[in-house]
Amino acid sequence: MAATRARRHRSYAINRPSPAVTVLSYALLVTWAVVVLFPLYWLAVTSLKTPLDVNGGPFYFPFRDFKPTLESWRYIFVDLGEDTFRPYLNTVVVGLTSTAITLLLGSMAAYGLVRMHYRVRFAAIASFVAGLLAAVAVIAAGGPWQLALPGGFALFLLLLQTVARRFKRALGNDDIAFWMISQRMLPPVAVVIPIYIFFQQLSLLDTWAALIISYVAAHLPIVVWLMRDYFQSVPLELEESAAIDGASRYRIFRSIVLPLAVPGLVATFLFVLVFAWNEYLIALFLTSANAQTLPLTVAAQNATRGPQWWYMSVLILIMITPVIAMAIALERFIARGLLVGAVKG
Amino acid sequence: MSGQASTRAVPMATSSRWSLLVVRLDRSAGAVFILPAVLVILTFSIFPLLASLYVSLTRLSFSEGGIHLTFVGLGNYAKLVVGIDRTHFIGVTVPLTPLTAAVLFVVYGGFAFLLVRYLRGPGRSVLGFVGRLVTAVIAGALVWLVVDTVMTSGRPGTLVVTLIYVSVDVSVQYLLALGLALLVVQRLPGRRLFRVVFLLPMMITPVGVAYLFRMLTDTSKGPLYPLWAHFGLTDVSWVTNPWGARLAVMIGDVWQWTPFIFIVLLASIESLPVELNEAAVVDGANRWQMFWAITFPQILPATATVVLIRLIEAFKIVDLPNVLTNGGPGTATESLTLHAYTIWRALDIGGSAAVAYMLLIVVTFVGIAYVNLFRRRVAAMA
Repeated sequence: MAATRARRHRSYAINRPSPAVTVLSYALLVTWAVVVLFPLYWLAVTSLKTPLDVNGGPFYFPFRDFKPTLESWRYIFVDLGEDTFRPYLNTVVVGLTSTAITLLLGSMAAYGLVRMHYRVRFAAIASFVAGLLAAVAVIAAGGPWQLALPGGFALFLLLLQTVARRFKRALGNDDIAFWMISQRMLPPVAVVIPIYIFFQQLSLLDTWAALIISYVAAHLPIVVWLMRDYFQSVPLELEESAAIDGASRYRIFRSIVLPLAVPGLVATFLFVLVFAWNEYLIALFLTSANAQTLPLTVAAQNATRGPQWWYMSVLILIMITPVIAMAIALERFIARGLLVGAVKG
Repeated sequence: MSGQASTRAVPMATSSRWSLLVVRLDRSAGAVFILPAVLVILTFSIFPLLASLYVSLTRLSFSEGGIHLTFVGLGNYAKLVVGIDRTHFIGVTVPLTPLTAAVLFVVYGGFAFLLVRYLRGPGRSVLGFVGRLVTAVIAGALVWLVVDTVMTSGRPGTLVVTLIYVSVDVSVQYLLALGLALLVVQRLPGRRLFRVVFLLPMMITPVGVAYLFRMLTDTSKGPLYPLWAHFGLTDVSWVTNPWGARLAVMIGDVWQWTPFIFIVLLASIESLPVELNEAAVVDGANRWQMFWAITFPQILPATATVVLIRLIEAFKIVDLPNVLTNGGPGTATESLTLHAYTIWRALDIGGSAAVAYMLLIVVTFVGIAYVNLFRRRVAAMA
């Protein structure tokens, strides 16, 4: 009894540093906090300046160095008004929806890649490529894509059922994962025009749907890769005992694996949200008036008269506020100890 | 009576049908888990991949009745590697100097040593050796390119500048992020505040970060003006000096993306079971030993993943050099993506796609080498 208490006491002591380490830690933490916060402080004071004050030289403190004004804030909220709020709504809707879908599909795929064995035969991939090339050839020759795509798919199935059965070489889980992440390797500049044509054909340009679908596709590989590691660290014993008790794969996933991977889920949620929230180039191409998002509004402040720093600062500040709120609300889930004792029981 | 019986029968029938469905669904769980993601990625990757490959083999021209794509074969690629865009893409190369020869000798010697060690080791195979040989040859070529354009009177092109950005940015970000993560897992009052604060840079839209750094690096009315004035630098705007400009771009990138690695490592450290650390404390291990023997090996998988993701993303750096320096002075800060973007704006769509594909080839090489030589070993260890 006394021994366990002593051990528990010591386990607390692990991360309680000595005074010297504490001082040094704070010094380093504060240094980096200043590096992080100073640019944000500069944004805040710039948003309170008149154009004259911004161009007049470095003024650091409101009231002492310059007379603060809410003119820029008034311009963004009142003069621009609707042109600020509509992109804002678009950003919120597109960001949250695409993040939720990405996290769901990505976690499922990641779990599959961690706990199940997949074998994709080379011959199946070859059949697929053959079907695809046939479809592309038809489209390139001027045929309608509505016919060519099902035709190519039929060819793929046909080859899969006949030729592909004879060959056994296969790709495993790691290869699938690498294929997924390799989709992020092509720079967006090369991708936007095909994506634009894609959504043009579906008449989805300038809608939430186009942005949500693009962001889900773009960010899925990141979610899969990150969640794979977090799922890997969930003890296999827990899943096995649940399976013996008769729980289905889905039930194990929902009731055991997901709750135990909450720190990873929260971290992943945060930056997929950040990516979708801040994406610029795809939004530039796929939207015009209705579905425009905030990054475009920020970039639009670089007018013919040069960058309008004061408006830009206001926009960046109102843009990061909800994400910061989200980070503050979710930070406590990235905490130690969710797995403690789970294995012993 | 019969009505009552049927109401009783119906739920039973549905429940047995339902459980049958559940059994079937459970048997195909593997497919159900992975197929949605695979289908989405497949749909949105293949078309752009093929389309831009085709475009990279053509030249766009305007003719009567619209635009016209002329097939030019590998012309766009030849232009980059041996043609008129060579100095832009690869840079100006010069003959070997004693210094570069010495550096290359050391690097290539290292490669040769690793290859020989692999051949003498237990796990050798023909395929493994060929893969390593190819990796060494390509990596050797890239090292030569960097050394020959940076350490001599030559001039680095966009390919070399991108390689410099990626290697410096990712390593600095990783070291900073690891240090910060280790600092905030300690039981210090106020650590939660620091955690949130450290995430802030990542939340700003990249275009916004670029403009923010343009404000900060302004040597005449930016906030660092007193500092520049103190060193007498107000006239020599550091964005006109090639290495100064590159440094500004890299500082911006480090500032923005350190939080990404930080939060992944933090979540990874926080999800480690504490039992091992307790045992180590009982055995009298100090903090340094505990980090190297317990924490570090356990976060290696997360490290391997986040570094790969950052590597891939860092290769696509575009907003900072575009807004901060506009690629200048000259093309000193131009990254590959910005290169593709600039000639794309000049309506050379084919050339732009060719640059994008060159980037794809380099990133694929780096990714495959990284996964095979590093990540797989880490996964086997864990």
